[in-house]
Amino acid sequence: MSEPISALNHASYDGIAKIEECGLQGMITLRGDLSDKVLAKAVKDATGQKVPGQREAFVDGDTGVCWMSTDELLVLVPYAEVEAKLAAMTNALSGTHALAVNVSDARAVFRVSGANAREILGKLAPVELSAEAFQPGQIRRSRLAQVAGAFWMDDAETFRIVCFRSAAYYVFKLLKVAAQPGSEVGVY
Amino acid sequence: MLILNCPYCGVDAEETELAAGGEAHLKRFGPGSSDDEFHDYLFMRENPKGVHFERWRHANGCGKWFHAARCTQSLEVFGTYSAQTTEPPKEIKDAITAKRPGWTWREFS
Repeated sequence: MSEPISALNHASYDGIAKIEECGLQGMITLRGDLSDKVLAKAVKDATGQKVPGQREAFVDGDTGVCWMSTDELLVLVPYAEVEAKLAAMTNALSGTHALAVNVSDARAVFRVSGANAREILGKLAPVELSAEAFQPGQIRRSRLAQVAGAFWMDDAETFRIVCFRSAAYYVFKLLKVAAQPGSEVGVY
Repeated sequence: MLILNCPYCGVDAEETELAAGGEAHLKRFGPGSSDDEFHDYLFMRENPKGVHFERWRHANGCGKWFHAARCTQSLEVFGTYSAQTTEPPKEIKDAITAKRPGWTWREFS
C-alpha cells in the first residue's frame, strides 16, 4: 500500500496571516436523526463530544464534531484511526436509519492563523465575520470565492477551513492572494 | 441584493450562496392527467408584479431546499419557511397581509 499524503502535503505561505495546509485529517460524514440517542452515543464514543446544535462545532485538535445541516454531522478523528472509528460507528448504528462514510481522502484542510485571519476569510466568503457574529465554537458552511467550503475557529485568531480535495490548490491560491503583504483592510 | 434567512441553518444567506428553484407550491400532474392539466403544470407559471412564492436552495451552505415569500417589485422578503409544506404557513400569510392587504397568488390569499 502506498503512503497516503494530503492534497498539498503541508504547503504553507506567510503573508498578513499564516496559511498552512494541515495534512491528513480523518473525516466521517454522518447522516441521520441528530436527536437519536444511539447516534449521540456513537458520536460520543468516537470523539468524546456531544451532538452539536445548529451551526456548532466542538473541535479539539484533530478530533471533534461539527454541525453540517439538520441531518448531517462532520466527525473529525485522527487520520490513522478513521477506519477503526468508522467500523465502531457503523456497528453501533446498525439498527438505526443512519449513514456514516469515510470522506477523509475527499477533503483538504487549511489553517489560517494570525491577527488578520478574520480578514482573509472575510475577503473570500459572503459571511458576517465580525467578532460579535462569529466565534470559536461555531461552524459556517459557505463558499470561498467559487467553491464550497466550511470553516470554524480554533481560537480568536485561527480558522480551520475544509474544502474538497479537488479544489485544494484553488483554495490555497485564493488564501495566498487574500493574505498578500500590504493587503490589510482593517475592518475587523 | 437578496438576503434570505435559511430556516434550516438559521443563516442570513446572501444571494450568491443560494440557488433559485423556481415557483413554489406546484402541484404535479403526471400519468393519468389530461393534456391540458399536464400542459399547465409544465409551462404555466405565475409572473406577478408583487407578492410571489419561490423555492430556493441553500446550495453553498446546508444544502437544504426551502420556500421564500417575497415581493418582485420591491424585493422585500416577507419570510422563509420549510420545504415540507404544500401551502404557505399562517404566519407568512399574516406577514404579507400586514404589508400588502388584499394580496392573492394562485389559490392563496
